[in-house]
Formats: sequence, C-alpha cells, structure tokens
Amino acid sequence: MNSPRERILNRLKAAPRRVLPERPDWTPPVYDKAGRKAKFKSMLEASHADVHEVTRADWPERLKTILANKGVGTMLFAPTSDAGRQLAEGWAGQGPALIAYDRGIEEMKEVLVHKADAALTTARGGIAQTGSLVLWPSVDEPRLMSLLPPIHVALVEEDSLTDTLAATIRAQAWETGMPTNAVLVSGPSKTADIEQTLAYGVHGPKELIVLLIGSESK
Amino acid sequence: MDAKAGKMEFGAKAHVALNDPKLRANFRRAMDGLMTKRAAQFSDQEEWEALRARGAGVRARALAQLPQLLERLEANCTANGIQVHWAETTAEANAIVLGILEAAGARRVIKGKSMVTEEMHLNAYLEANGIAAVESDLGEYIIQLAGEAPSHIVMPCIHKNKVEIAELFADKIEGQVYTENVDELTAAARAALRGSFAGADAGISGVNFAVAETGTLVLIENEGNGRLSTTLPPLHIAVTGIEKVLEKLEDVPPLLSLLPRSATGQPITTYVNMISSPRKPGEKDGPNAVHLVLLDNGRSRVHADPELGDTLRCIRCAACMNHCPVYTRVGGHTYTFTYPGPIGKLLTPQLEGLDCAGDQPHASTLCKACAEVCPVQIPIPDLLVRLRTEAVRPGAAAAVKGGGSSASVSESLGWAGWRLLYASPLVYRIGTRLLGWFGNLMPASAPMLKQWTSVRAKPKFAPKSLHELAREKGFCDE
Repeated sequence: MNSPRERILNRLKAAPRRVLPERPDWTPPVYDKAGRKAKFKSMLEASHADVHEVTRADWPERLKTILANKGVGTMLFAPTSDAGRQLAEGWAGQGPALIAYDRGIEEMKEVLVHKADAALTTARGGIAQTGSLVLWPSVDEPRLMSLLPPIHVALVEEDSLTDTLAATIRAQAWETGMPTNAVLVSGPSKTADIEQTLAYGVHGPKELIVLLIGSESK
Repeated sequence: MDAKAGKMEFGAKAHVALNDPKLRANFRRAMDGLMTKRAAQFSDQEEWEALRARGAGVRARALAQLPQLLERLEANCTANGIQVHWAETTAEANAIVLGILEAAGARRVIKGKSMVTEEMHLNAYLEANGIAAVESDLGEYIIQLAGEAPSHIVMPCIHKNKVEIAELFADKIEGQVYTENVDELTAAARAALRGSFAGADAGISGVNFAVAETGTLVLIENEGNGRLSTTLPPLHIAVTGIEKVLEKLEDVPPLLSLLPRSATGQPITTYVNMISSPRKPGEKDGPNAVHLVLLDNGRSRVHADPELGDTLRCIRCAACMNHCPVYTRVGGHTYTFTYPGPIGKLLTPQLEGLDCAGDQPHASTLCKACAEVCPVQIPIPDLLVRLRTEAVRPGAAAAVKGGGSSASVSESLGWAGWRLLYASPLVYRIGTRLLGWFGNLMPASAPMLKQWTSVRAKPKFAPKSLHELAREKGFCDE
C-alpha cells in the first residue's frame, strides 16, 4: 500500500514535463550611502515608527529620556548581549526598571504577556527600500522580546543598512545558514481589518522606536 | 459548508447579494480603497512589468520542478527538525492535525490566518473533537465570533462595517461596551486574545512561501498574531498547499515585493516571519516542536494539465477579486466555497469538480481586469473559458474533475442543428424563413428565453433575413 506521500509525488511526477524557465531579469533598486539612510528612515517613519539618530556612546542615555517621557515603567532587556551589557552598565537611577530575559518562556510568560512595558533588541541590519529591520533572534536575544511588550526598541547601526532584501540575502549568503527564526519588522503591529481604518498595536507592539547608530560615531 | 450544499447556487445567491445595499456599499468602499492603494504602488509601469515577469517566472520555475522541490523541502525541513506530513485530502489533513494535537495533549489552539485551514474546515473538525481553536487575526476573530466564513482571502471581514462589528463585540465579548471607535474595538480584541495566546497549547498557521533550499517557512502579516501563534505556544503546526514551495531563498524577495503591494498597497507587511526550525537547545522561547502538513486536495490533478497548471502559480494576494466587476458587486459569500473572486472561480471547480462548482467559471464577464493585475501573470480569463469548455466536453478521460458533467443532449442537438443550418445554403434559407414566420409566436415565458426576457424586451425576428434584403438591393452573394 502506497503512502499519501508516494501517491502525491507519483501523480506530480506523472505530469507532462515542463520546460524549466529561467528567472527573468529584474534589478532591485540601488542607493548611495546618504540615500540609503534617508530611504530607510523615511520608509520607517511612513510606517509609524519613531527613528532617533544616536551615537554608540550616548544611546542608553537617549533611550532613558525617550522612555521616561513616555512614562515607561519596566523594560525587558537581554543581559548577555553586547547591547544589553552596555545598557545595564549606566542604567542606574531614574530610568524604567530593567527586567532581564534570562530564563525560558515557561517561567517568563507572565512578565512578557502582561508586565513588561517595553523591550530592547538589536537588529542585525536594516533594509532601505522597505524600511525594514532585520531581526535575527538568538540564545541571548529571544524571539518574543520584539513582539509581546507594547513598545519595541530596536538598535541598528547605519553601517549595517543594505539596499534591498534581495541584495542582503545575496551579500550575506543567507542560504548557507538560516537561524531558528529570522524576522523583518517594518513598523509597529497594525491592522486595517475594520473598514480599512488603520489601528496600531493589535497584537504586537503599539510603538516601534528605532535607535540608529550613525557610522561617524565610532 | 459541504460541497453538495453549495452546488451550483451562484446565480441565486448573486441575486440576493445584488439586492443588499449595505453589503454592496461595504464592498464598494473597500474595493475602491484597495484598488487606489495598489495603483499607487505600481505607478512605474516598467518596474511593475519587470517585477511581475520575475514573479511569474519564479513561480513557474518552482512548479516545473514541483515534486523534486517538495522532496527537497521535506529533506531540509526534516534536517532542521521540522516534521513533515503529507495529506491527499482535507479529511486526511484534519486527521493529521488532530493526531499531532492529541499526541501532545493539546486542548486549546490559537490560530494565525490560513486559507488552507478554511479549505479544510479545520475549526469545525477540531471543535467536534473537543479542541477549541481560536482565530487570532482580527478579521478572522470577528467572523469567528459571528459564526461566518471569510468573504475575502486577505481581509476576511470586509463585508462588515464598524457598526455591525461594534454590535457583535458588545454582544459577544464579556464586559465590552458598545463603541464604534476602531482603536477601541482593536484594543478590545487585543485584550480578549492575550489570554488565548498565553493559554494556548498549540499554534496553527498557514504558510506563504516554503523555501526548498533551506527548509524555511515564510509567513507574512501585519498584526503580529501570526508571529505569536508560531512562537508562544510549545507546539506549532503549519499547514500549506503543496504548490506554495519555492526553489531558493533568492526567489522570496520579488514575490515579497509583489504580494503586499498587490494585496493592500503596502510596500511590505509589518512582519515577515521566517521559520526554519523548532526551538534549539539554549534558546529561551519558540515552540519545541514544529510540524508541516502538505495538503494536495486536488492540486496534483490541476498540476497535470499544462495549461490549467498555471492556476497553481497564485500567491493569494486577492488583487483579482479587488478588481473584479462581479466580485465587487456580489461579495465573497456568493461563491459558497473558500476561495471567492476570479481565482476562486478558477480554482474551486478544479478542486471540487465541475459537477459541483461548474457554474462558477460562468460568473465572469471575461473583462480581463484580473489578468491585468495578477502579479504572477495567471491568464485567468483564458483558463475560465477552458473550464467552460471542459464542463461540456463529453468524454471518459476528463482533464478536469467532473469534466463533461454539463454536457446535455438538448445542447448537443442544438449545436448539431446549428451546424446543419450553416453548412447548407438551402437549409439556412428555409430555416430563417420559418423563423421569420413562426419565431415571433414563441411566448416570452418559453424556457431559456424567460431569463433573457425577465429584464429585457423579447427580440423580434425580422420578416426578411439580411440575405434577402441584400439580394433585393442588388447585392450578389457569389
């Protein structure tokens, strides 16, 4: 007795052979350095994200002010990432209370689902054409940080910006090793399911704050 | 809705829909908005043509090697730790999903938006087996509360306006006061569903693209419910049609540029979620097990026909329905089955059978608006004509399920008579003369004529044919 798998594959293989078409030529857009950053910013802002230009040294201070102005009480962070360590070092004082995402979701669920007001993650890169952050969650920076708290803060370096997704996949050879989960984020969570009226924060973050570390700030 | 119940009732349902001013206003407003937004995205004609050619090419290339790519997808997913299952029918797919859930002891399921699970009527099946499945996409959540089916493949509750949704929420969500404020309605759904996410034993989702090269499942969405459904619960089951496979990761960007721009006029969706494995050791979240269910349900038969096989290029953007003069007037529920609009009337008869949905290919003016906007260049009108032909072509080895089912003796006789009439000048002359004398005696209520005359004047046969008039004027017919 054949399995469903064999029967499906046999039917597909019995179909008349088709010519294998080549991929037609298609050239995604290319930007210069200034254009790339401008496009990245404008696309993100058009998607309702806040973009702040920061330096490698001052971003924790800047973030503290931004969050304080919003009255944020608690922020989730990744204690073992470089950014997480830099954040924790100078954080003492008035800023929101930091919560480390240092245990499995089974133990952290309550905090993530109901308690944390914000979370900080890094982005591996940014895509200019669509204003997208490339998130590459890891052991240090789990997947749900950028999803459950109402505010997502993402740290991205100008030097990591690329023109398009096509160029990024090619340049970084993504096919040689995809992570458990990779995500492109292009704004806060939104919906237009009710009368095509835009509403933000339906399930994911209501706000996306992007801290863009300038390349001259090294 | 089972297939038999929905058999050939498009015409009757269309009449009801056309006379529903609220429904028509809801669709008109939504479709106008979606068309305008899409047009703004593709204002550069050259870019659009190059991009859609690439998109069509990439899909055609994947389908040309479909069995090989499915085997490669399975091998790479398995190597990544994703368990792959194959289902020939929706019943098999339902049983597989139930089996996985029962083995894991899962009772509560949270669902991301998936048209394939609608095709399977999975929610009803799970409920009958004691498992509660909650839809988490806002539109899907709304219609689940209302006990309805989606009326659009991208915006499932497009047939409802905010007043109807406000009433529904006040009625069904505990503690909800009546409000027409969209932000407040959205917030109410967020609050109501947070608990469902946190308490879910499993998440079920669809798939937009399955990349054979890396064993990666690509899911796109705006709300974050898809990411939550595939990340928060300890078990994730993805369900997809076998046609969704792509050869390489580099095939994703052109389609990712075409899909949201065609669908909602967005340059990209808020989230592009690429899943390649379950939680790895040391990782703090993500499901411990990921399953992929590959559903055939008639697709391999569609694939077998070199012409109709192009149907499977579809990336489910819904641009064809947004631009369809029929869909925009009658709405999605008129189509009875899961997939409405031009792609629905092309796909449904092929999956369900022409004997069951053979009226659908006729629900088209063949105006070609759908073909013009299709991002993967599916020649929908040509294929609808092909289906009309297959429905009446008598013969044992039907190319399409239920092919030949509309072949009728009276129609065959009619065409045989027509052939006779036109093949012999003598018969033609006698025939037209007879019609000129007796044709006008036919009552307006005669079968077939009745439908025409219900909204139009009955045509009158002229006492003299064009030939006769021409001859009298001195034209020579040699």
